[in-house]
Amino acid sequence: MVEHAEIRMVHRGGSKINFREPVITNDSRFLLCAAGESVNVYSTSTEEYVHDLQGHTDLVTGVVLNPSNHLQVYSCSADGTVRLWDFTDAILIKTFIIGYPIYSIYVSEKHGGVVFLVVPMADYKSSELFQLVAVHLPHSGDQEVEARELSAVLCDVSPHAGAASFGREGEYIASVKGLQLEVFFFKKQKSYRFSLKSGMKKGAKNAFTCVSCHPKEDCIATGHEDGKIRMWRNFNQKKEYTYSTLHWHHGAVNTLCFTPEGTNLLSGGIESVLVHWHYTQENQKDFLPRLGAAITHIAVSPDGSLFSTSHSDNKITIIQSCVKVSAVIQGLVKGDGVWTNLIIDPRSKALVLNGKPGHLQFYSLHRDKQLYNLEIVQQEYIHEEGLDQFEVVNAAFDARGNWLATVEERRKKGAELEITLKLWAYDELTQSFVLNTTVTAPHEDQITAMFFSPSPETTMLVTTSLDGHFKAWLLADHSDANEGFWACDFVGGYHLLKPGCCSFSADGSLLSVGFQEVVTVWSPASWELLTTLSQPPGAIRDLCFGRLSCSKYLLGASTKNQLCCWNLLTCSLEWSTPMDVSLLQADPLSENMAAFCSQSGSSDLFVFKPSEPRPLYSQKALCTGKVQHAVFAPRDQMLESCEERTQWLNRSQLYFFTQHMDLLTFSTKTEEDRLLASSKQLMVDDSVAVTPFYLLLGKHRGQQLEKQEALTNPMAERTQLPQGSIAIKELLHTPAHVLPSASFLCAMFVRSLLISSSSAREEKEHEEGEREKEEEDSEGEADPRLGESAAWGPPEEFGAPALTKAQERELRKVKTFDHSWLSSLLDC
Amino acid sequence: MGEFKVHRVRFFDYMPTAIRAMAFNAHTERLALARMDGSVEIFNFTDHYFQEKVIPGKDSRSIESLCWVGGRLFSAGLNGEIAEYDLENLRPKYSLEAYGGPIWTIISNTQGTQLAIGCEDGTVKLFEVLEEHIQFERNLDRQKGRIISLSWHPSGTHIAAGMMDMIRVFDVPTGHAVQRLLVDRGFGGSKSRETVVWSVAFLSDHTVVSGDSAGKVQVWDGHTGTLVKTHLVTKWDVLALSVSKDESSVVAGTSEGTVIQFQFIAPTLHQQQGKEWVRTRTFKNHTHDVRALAEIETAIVSGGMDTHLVVRPLLEKFDEKSHASGLRKIHFPHRNLVSCAKKVGLLLFQFPGQLELWRLGDSDGHGKPGDRLPLERMPEKLLLLKRKGEDHICCSALSSCGGWLAYSTVSCVRIYRLQTDNNNISITKVSKLPKALHSAHQLCFSSDSSKMFAASSQSSVLVIALTQSECKYVHTLKPKSGSRQPIHLMTTSVDGKWLAAANSDCEIHVYNLQKLKLHCIVPVYGSCPSAMGIHPTTNNLTVVHADQQLFEYSIVEKQYTDWSRKLQKQGLHNVWLDRDTPVTHVTFNSKNPNQVVLHDMHMFCIIDQSLPLPDQKTQFYNQMTLRSLSEQERPSHLHAFKICKTFQDLLCVSLLDDQSLVVVERPLLAITSQLPAPVRQKKFAT
Repeated sequence: MVEHAEIRMVHRGGSKINFREPVITNDSRFLLCAAGESVNVYSTSTEEYVHDLQGHTDLVTGVVLNPSNHLQVYSCSADGTVRLWDFTDAILIKTFIIGYPIYSIYVSEKHGGVVFLVVPMADYKSSELFQLVAVHLPHSGDQEVEARELSAVLCDVSPHAGAASFGREGEYIASVKGLQLEVFFFKKQKSYRFSLKSGMKKGAKNAFTCVSCHPKEDCIATGHEDGKIRMWRNFNQKKEYTYSTLHWHHGAVNTLCFTPEGTNLLSGGIESVLVHWHYTQENQKDFLPRLGAAITHIAVSPDGSLFSTSHSDNKITIIQSCVKVSAVIQGLVKGDGVWTNLIIDPRSKALVLNGKPGHLQFYSLHRDKQLYNLEIVQQEYIHEEGLDQFEVVNAAFDARGNWLATVEERRKKGAELEITLKLWAYDELTQSFVLNTTVTAPHEDQITAMFFSPSPETTMLVTTSLDGHFKAWLLADHSDANEGFWACDFVGGYHLLKPGCCSFSADGSLLSVGFQEVVTVWSPASWELLTTLSQPPGAIRDLCFGRLSCSKYLLGASTKNQLCCWNLLTCSLEWSTPMDVSLLQADPLSENMAAFCSQSGSSDLFVFKPSEPRPLYSQKALCTGKVQHAVFAPRDQMLESCEERTQWLNRSQLYFFTQHMDLLTFSTKTEEDRLLASSKQLMVDDSVAVTPFYLLLGKHRGQQLEKQEALTNPMAERTQLPQGSIAIKELLHTPAHVLPSASFLCAMFVRSLLISSSSAREEKEHEEGEREKEEEDSEGEADPRLGESAAWGPPEEFGAPALTKAQERELRKVKTFDHSWLSSLLDC
Repeated sequence: MGEFKVHRVRFFDYMPTAIRAMAFNAHTERLALARMDGSVEIFNFTDHYFQEKVIPGKDSRSIESLCWVGGRLFSAGLNGEIAEYDLENLRPKYSLEAYGGPIWTIISNTQGTQLAIGCEDGTVKLFEVLEEHIQFERNLDRQKGRIISLSWHPSGTHIAAGMMDMIRVFDVPTGHAVQRLLVDRGFGGSKSRETVVWSVAFLSDHTVVSGDSAGKVQVWDGHTGTLVKTHLVTKWDVLALSVSKDESSVVAGTSEGTVIQFQFIAPTLHQQQGKEWVRTRTFKNHTHDVRALAEIETAIVSGGMDTHLVVRPLLEKFDEKSHASGLRKIHFPHRNLVSCAKKVGLLLFQFPGQLELWRLGDSDGHGKPGDRLPLERMPEKLLLLKRKGEDHICCSALSSCGGWLAYSTVSCVRIYRLQTDNNNISITKVSKLPKALHSAHQLCFSSDSSKMFAASSQSSVLVIALTQSECKYVHTLKPKSGSRQPIHLMTTSVDGKWLAAANSDCEIHVYNLQKLKLHCIVPVYGSCPSAMGIHPTTNNLTVVHADQQLFEYSIVEKQYTDWSRKLQKQGLHNVWLDRDTPVTHVTFNSKNPNQVVLHDMHMFCIIDQSLPLPDQKTQFYNQMTLRSLSEQERPSHLHAFKICKTFQDLLCVSLLDDQSLVVVERPLLAITSQLPAPVRQKKFAT
């Protein structure tokens, strides 16, 4: 493994931003949210990504504002640390090491210096029991502090965010789990538990889902599985407690939040409607419907002017004054699953995959931003569980990105399969895809694979289906119409076997279709069956032609642990190796191929050239579970790595989805260095949101500022004043009668004003050092001399044009130090 | 348990009438309940909500409101009369025309010295409560529009009156209206309709709470006449309000059948200032209008159009889960409406307005347990006897030979001679009745049908001798205790020697019919007897009380039997004690003297005295388990209480002389289906 140290698996983009409740800063300008292993900072006004807070080494599980300093945030992570950040400058202030994986964090103004964390029970390491602990954060100057003094507050709490909430003025904390609400009063150190019946018999599901406490009054709102909201009052009594019930949601209430003044209660659930309850008039409620996806978290800015809702499709919506959606921060949509393969759009180089239900999303990997959603199904989506809805199951682009083919299907239980093939043409004017042809029921059964022919002359689409046929579709030309439409050109089959995969050769002259154990090779020009290749046992799962120099090879992965490579010139097996290949992916820009093998619960990766027996790169135990989707994404800039191990990453980058829908990629050390450098370059004044426009304008303004600074900063312009120099002393102290002629003196005087050469300077160092100290003391008085020093400026620049001012200052400081040391020696 | 041929009778179309008004007497813990047909029922809340007394209704009487003054019960209705009830003789004592048109409401002040009524003509009339009577005192300022609801301030100085579109506050000493609170109308289409303030409540801090037909519960400041808070609780009407005794909670009943609780809660804990009325819980136990409500110490009692009374305990007032903390619904009266002629298989059904005589069907088929036997002869309605006069029937009886039939109203008793030969039935009214027999609380025939017993006033029993054509007064049996309470249960022994009579004072007197004098008094138990019977062979008296306790008393030996002592020593099973309906009927199996058959609404039970008693650990409902066990194992699991829940909503279970069981069911669904349609409610996804 040592030799692979330079290649690292990283999360780059596509992380979940809806994992935990976001935080809106006090001035409502930034929104902070946990995103994978970092905390992302977004601008609330422009929805742009500003920067991120990096440092955690595991999933970030909570972000909260520091209640004692509104410019700082605490973040907690499963790596067992709580970190304090200055989010405006993305500076890590402190790291508190707790030592247990942390699942949530809660803070309260009344509990200064204490954070409340949800950690696993100490003695139940394996089981799923969690406790809420209070941690006193020690005051210490160190960057890293161990904070291991945990005092348990509540046992057996839910690890989910939103399952606990601080009450009015931090007097108590309410926590819900299962069918129990527990309220812990800090003053009395006493907790009250309230249980509900499961209510399953009556069709109610009373389990708690979330809790929120009124900030000004003693009222706890809890959300329930069956969509009810209960408002608890008088909960400091065992018996006389009381609650009222509000019911609007038909699904579970995912999240609840009181506005800072407590006048309103916000709730959200699967209906993707933000419900706005008036606190005192509970039967009056306002709705903000059509938010796009189920609401998972709600956050309110401290002044109550902005709401933010996190959605299940990895989106954060920012809502202004309760009614207007002002910004949408969209991450990579991870819906119920990815059915399409990962595809790279040849035009935009964006990653294309299933997005919102019935949509394809175009996601820019370089900018970590969703570009747009293309609606494919064009049917109303009903937000309800257990419905069979149309889903996009397949998509393909042609070589130039002019055509997009999509397949959507709906399978109802016990009903016939509905399949639709749609072909979309790229419209240069609108810069998007426009529906060209809809083919209902293109096949009798599920479509297993779909590819465009890569040859530049013809635009041809091939689909294979479980009904035993593959079909070729051609764009039928019609001279009278502006646009042609697509029609079926050829239906092929092989002994009624079911085709499972197909592949075009790089030039489009050959098509190979895998019919279970048999691989057939066809000529798309004449639709002639050229040859059949077979290597039983095991059905062919994946087929792939080699590229460039290896284009004579055809690779096939079978279900029975076989990876075969055929030479198409000899029509014989070149080599085969026993490997359980779950995914075979060819790099379009090189000969390289990536094979993901699943072995004993984890996946291995091999990158190889079909012509060479030795893999270029291999990585064992990449991740747990099977890798189902991967793609080679072309790089913007080529890397010039000559190292053999990293060479395969030069032209394109390999992205893949793990079982848990994490998008991972491989990065090399040089690349990371470059990224780090570029991020430093981009460091700008954070008080202004970073937009492309700002970058353009900001650089310019920055330069201006710098110039101004140069003009006004007295320290930078500190030159030796005339009366201080030796020449002037000589001039003034020497009796007039021994002075040389004025013309000689004049030349000397002028020379003294010039920046002296280094050799001359060294002699004056001592005096200069002292003087600088004086000047520092009397900085305020320096102002009147501003104009003067400015006037003296140009000669200095003239004298040392190679050095920048900052460097010069540095240099001068070094010199003063040196000299003081020297002078002390002299004094001795 | 034994096998029986069962007559499953479902042709008794008993239909209870809707509950209209309710008044709770906190002092005696009695709840008075008025139904639409003018009948009044008294429930004893200290004695397991037992229905102690029923005052039968009258056609011309309609009760809008009930009111307790001390132990006296007053009612007022749309016929414009105020009535006081004689709770000892179960009849109205007197009624008084108020001369103000229909009366909507009647209330009394806390001191119990005055009554106020709200009339259709807009007057609030005050009546003075005298020792034996009430007397008109004066009118408060007459208003335009009717007075729908009234509430007296606890200090007695002010009265709040709910009217159309407004609430008035009257100063009682001067009689002037001091405040006029305007109530908003509903939204949309109901804007043109007047808002009816169905109910008001005047709290001691001068807060007025009102419920109106626009679906609002509003809180007003009675001093300034300003609106403090509006709770819109329903799209329909808020019909009833009730305040708890400590004024920390108000409940409101709506047309949707919900009861909504409001509580007076401080916004922050540990503080008493700034309390507000906050809507808290919603109870939905009714399908129709909740017309009557009472919030008592530990429960909310509600009743309405759907005819049943619901006692919803407030769980926070109970320390632990117990019998009292369970929800209780009272559907059926706690007395018998069915008489059964055991020898000939006739059933007499008592309705308020008529009697029905049915002959049971017959079948000679044999089948496995659980089979439906084919009927050879269909059950047949032999007779429909409509009562005469305005008063409703209060009790009826059928002799066991089926030859005599009698019923009584508050004003008269009628006895009929029935003759059935083959398929002809003839009925002749016994014309000359003894003068002493003018009304009866309970009627009963001796088993040989030679005598009839009628429970009369002051717990006395009249003995009437019946011969072929006439009836003759024989004797009046009087209790020694001098109790004035009415008799609600009577039973005779088969040998004609003994008569047992139980009254509302929980006393059971046993009379010797041969000597026509009091034989003994069964030791008084704290709970009212709900059913009793005398064993045909041993002459032991089996008594079941409202608290489900069971006693067997040997009349001959004048002491509890050994079995009863054993039962009391061991205690009844908790499952038995936790049942929430009282046993209403006790019969015996003549073939097996060990068996006692009794039933409540949800089950019937055969007690086999020869079997061991169950202790607390044994499974009480064990019939299913027994069936799954083998013959050898079975005896070890047997216990004395054999309970059958196959039949539900039982009105009567009786054992005929031919060993067939008569089970009279009245499914609640059938009652619900006869109710008028409830108000329209939006249901999700419809």
